[in-house]
Amino acid sequence: MSFDNAYESLLGGEDAHWAFGTGFSEALSGVDREFPAGVDRDALASYCLMLGDDALIFSQRLAEWCSRAPELEEDIALANIALDLLGQARMLLTRAGEVLGKTEDELAYLRDEREFRNVHLAEIDCGPGPGGDFAATIARLLVFSSWRLALFSRLRGSADPVLAAIAEKGLKELAYHRDHAAQWTVRLGDGTDESHRRMQAGLERVWPFVDELFATHPVEARLSGVAVDPASLRSEVDGVLEAVLSAAGLTRPADTKAARVAGMAGRDGVHTEVMGYLLAEMQHLHRSLPGAVW
Amino acid sequence: MTTALEVASAVRDPELPVLTLADLGVLRDVSEVDGRVVVTITPTYSGCPAIDEMGADLRRSLLGAGFSEVEVRLSLSPAWTTDWISAEGRSKLSAAGIAPPSRIGPSVAGPVPLNLVPPSRQVACPQCGSPNTSEISRFGSTACKALRRCNACSEPFEHVKEI
Repeated sequence: MSFDNAYESLLGGEDAHWAFGTGFSEALSGVDREFPAGVDRDALASYCLMLGDDALIFSQRLAEWCSRAPELEEDIALANIALDLLGQARMLLTRAGEVLGKTEDELAYLRDEREFRNVHLAEIDCGPGPGGDFAATIARLLVFSSWRLALFSRLRGSADPVLAAIAEKGLKELAYHRDHAAQWTVRLGDGTDESHRRMQAGLERVWPFVDELFATHPVEARLSGVAVDPASLRSEVDGVLEAVLSAAGLTRPADTKAARVAGMAGRDGVHTEVMGYLLAEMQHLHRSLPGAVW
Repeated sequence: MTTALEVASAVRDPELPVLTLADLGVLRDVSEVDGRVVVTITPTYSGCPAIDEMGADLRRSLLGAGFSEVEVRLSLSPAWTTDWISAEGRSKLSAAGIAPPSRIGPSVAGPVPLNLVPPSRQVACPQCGSPNTSEISRFGSTACKALRRCNACSEPFEHVKEI
């Protein structure tokens, strides 16, 4: 079946409602998914959950801006970035699910807060609700995409061919995300007194969550050759952030660290207060009406 | 007799229906083994919601053409690049008022360069042909398109952005 335009395909025929986003086939359908010999599969599954949850939870946060951004183009931009990250999350959760015996939907919608492995930077509330600000969301996008891009550029060499392929593909998307955030940071930082003040405040808001991005987790240490040691990314990411902040006339905030709970943070399933509210919104439909489709 | 490759090559992209999947470069392989057809496609972007519809359209077209068994496989590596859009595909995009992507060449190893200002690509206006155009937004109506305007004829237009 083919159509002269995309809207016609929404109007009729079985299986014709793809644009509404349900009824997808599995994210890695037909991809060669052999596990490399000698890899610790449980650790690989945990690692895929870490990287997948970072993308899933940040995607949910970005989607909150849709229809509430400062301009229409920005609604579309943040939603597009969210969609790229959601695609990366689907593939990574599917890879984790092969080991765990679960589907991507079960992992996204039926895990509880303590089972999520995302970093705190992905989950904190930077708006559009009360207390948040578009500039803080841009600051988070700048830090997150600079870090993930550096990570994915190394993950291309992973001994797991599926992770390597996901990274190779995602890298190109992340380069667009980082450029978008960097250009907004310069525009706001080098703009009016008010935009400069708010961009600087946005950086101060997210900076306590930067340190966690570079802390090596035992799961990463167990996956030599498969995972990327995040500690190895620090100087590259610092260099990128320095270049952006300098062009924007902004000051790098002091390196404060958000509190951990008995040494644990997001990678251990210990989250901040807002995580439960985020999951309630993300999961309630699936949990209220299991298997619901549009 | 029509081959499976011919049938698969004629299937259109659900989001850019002026292009076939072959024009777009997402159709990577079609092989026929004992009447069983294996089609390999690759997504444009990780979150592209059209990928399932592409698979379903390929299946419907091939079954409709008399092939009894059809399997659609996804390939992630090598990652899709706009350089795979065919010359014919580029002409079709221009004719439809969508600026085709520039050629970017193979990706290089090492750190990805940061762009603090949008890269100044020469994107000609598909309406009047003027090279004097500017980017309105890097992100447009679909993941693969940016929004630009022509500074000569003032028309806004879409541009399949380089990736």
